Amino acid sequence: MDNQILASTGDGNKIEVQDFSFYYGDFPALKSLNLSMKRNRITALIGPSGCGKSTFLRSLNRMNETIRNTRAEGVILLDGKNIYDPAVDVTELRQHVGMVFQRPNPFPQSIYDNVAFGPRVLGLAGGGSRLDQIVQESLEGAGLWHEVKHRLRTPALDLSPGQQQRVCIARTIAVKPEVILMDEPCSALDPVATLHIEDLMRRLAEQYTIVIVTHNMQQAARASHWTGFFWLGELIEFRQTGEIFRSPQEKLTEAYITGRRG
Amino acid sequence: MTRQQAHQLAVGLISAVAALVVIPIVLVILFIIVRGIGTLDWEFITTVPRSGMKEGGIMPAILGTVILTFGTAIACIPLAIGAAIYLAEYARDTRLTRWVRLAIVNLAGIPSIVYGLFGLGAFVLFLNLGTSIIAGSLTLGIMTLPVVISTAEEAILAVPQRFRMVSLSLGATRWQTIRSQVLPQAMPGIITGVILGLSRAAGETAPILFTVSAFYLPRLPHSIFDQTMALPYHLYVISTQVPDMPLSIQYGTALVLMLIVLSLTLIASIVRTKMRRRREW
Repeated sequence: MDNQILASTGDGNKIEVQDFSFYYGDFPALKSLNLSMKRNRITALIGPSGCGKSTFLRSLNRMNETIRNTRAEGVILLDGKNIYDPAVDVTELRQHVGMVFQRPNPFPQSIYDNVAFGPRVLGLAGGGSRLDQIVQESLEGAGLWHEVKHRLRTPALDLSPGQQQRVCIARTIAVKPEVILMDEPCSALDPVATLHIEDLMRRLAEQYTIVIVTHNMQQAARASHWTGFFWLGELIEFRQTGEIFRSPQEKLTEAYITGRRG
Repeated sequence: MTRQQAHQLAVGLISAVAALVVIPIVLVILFIIVRGIGTLDWEFITTVPRSGMKEGGIMPAILGTVILTFGTAIACIPLAIGAAIYLAEYARDTRLTRWVRLAIVNLAGIPSIVYGLFGLGAFVLFLNLGTSIIAGSLTLGIMTLPVVISTAEEAILAVPQRFRMVSLSLGATRWQTIRSQVLPQAMPGIITGVILGLSRAAGETAPILFTVSAFYLPRLPHSIFDQTMALPYHLYVISTQVPDMPLSIQYGTALVLMLIVLSLTLIASIVRTKMRRRREW
């Protein structure tokens, strides 16, 4: 299976980061990062609070630009194209690189309108039955369809937090992204809902490339293929998840994942 | 004094102050209702004044106030909401925008007679609109702008940032984000501000004194370039300028004006509570 994917996609890298640095004002939040993320793989980013992992995540869809007085240096290639090229249309980039946020944040609208929001603003569906179809597919993709199919017109905020987060995932995949960024998507959820989302991530990885920021070491170990450890804006270690947890090469990584630092 | 006694004393004092504020207002309202209710009948609100305004109704003044309120809305709402969107969503924090904000706050505190004089100079004379509904509406509209801009901006800023983030992350443009998420969620606050602004405009005398009001015009205006009577000015005229004016007509007029303003305020609070119940962040 791995070999097939690699063969069909050249080197298999969906995202390549080259000498990427990011500044809040003069403060370097990310220092000259280099890494590649594989297609159809789940990459987990771990590290203590303030280490830059969320900043890095938001660099991948250029959401950091909504913060004033920030600056990016270096190159991030998505399918070989630099997303920081001035000619890139960020709204188009964000359609390809979707994002799920830390806290479930459905719009104060119906389940249907939440999922249909992206397709509507991007003009992906002519409306009517095509839109219904996208909404259904997206909710199925998020593993929520059977729970909500009879109440699509009720407020999304009436659902449980775990269901709300799956509405948000459905909303993200409704615009047909290639990459899904998840910023601690389970930190506001109970353990059962968390396992639900992790199962879902594994299924989504068949179709999408997933990058997840997590504070939960077990989650990274359970749910990801690759793990990157961030420390003070630097990428200390980036290897296959099994290896990094079994035999970390760096002292810092070992200290962090065994709970001695962080 | 124990902490509990201190607490009770504080509650007592605050309640007394609140009563001090509320009781006179209630008394004024009751007083006007009691003195004016006898005058209020169908004839009073549907016929024109007769015999030098000492008999007949006040229909032209009521209609004039309604027309002016609509005119104010048309002049004020698009500008105010546009300015509020710009200030809340687009404007960076520069020296210029700080001055603009300061100006808006100050304009809200300027006495309405100053707006009246401004309207006279700018619209009636300079733009040569004459004393007309359009000049009066523009004057009232400008007077209402600062309040509506401020409340609308606050309502827009109160929409949680996370909804903007989600919308942008889905590939929406900033304008799509504003139009499809921010404005609908800010709408209860915006509408409240608009209605409260309009209710103030409906009750103002000074801005319309030189710009639109007719002393006595026992007919309906022919166009927006015509003069009209209006309730606040009519009340001023019959209370101070006409000798031997029957008190009943004065109180009746005051009651009608008060009811119009109160009903606008009531609509504002109904809109606010209704729409607030629907949104649950």
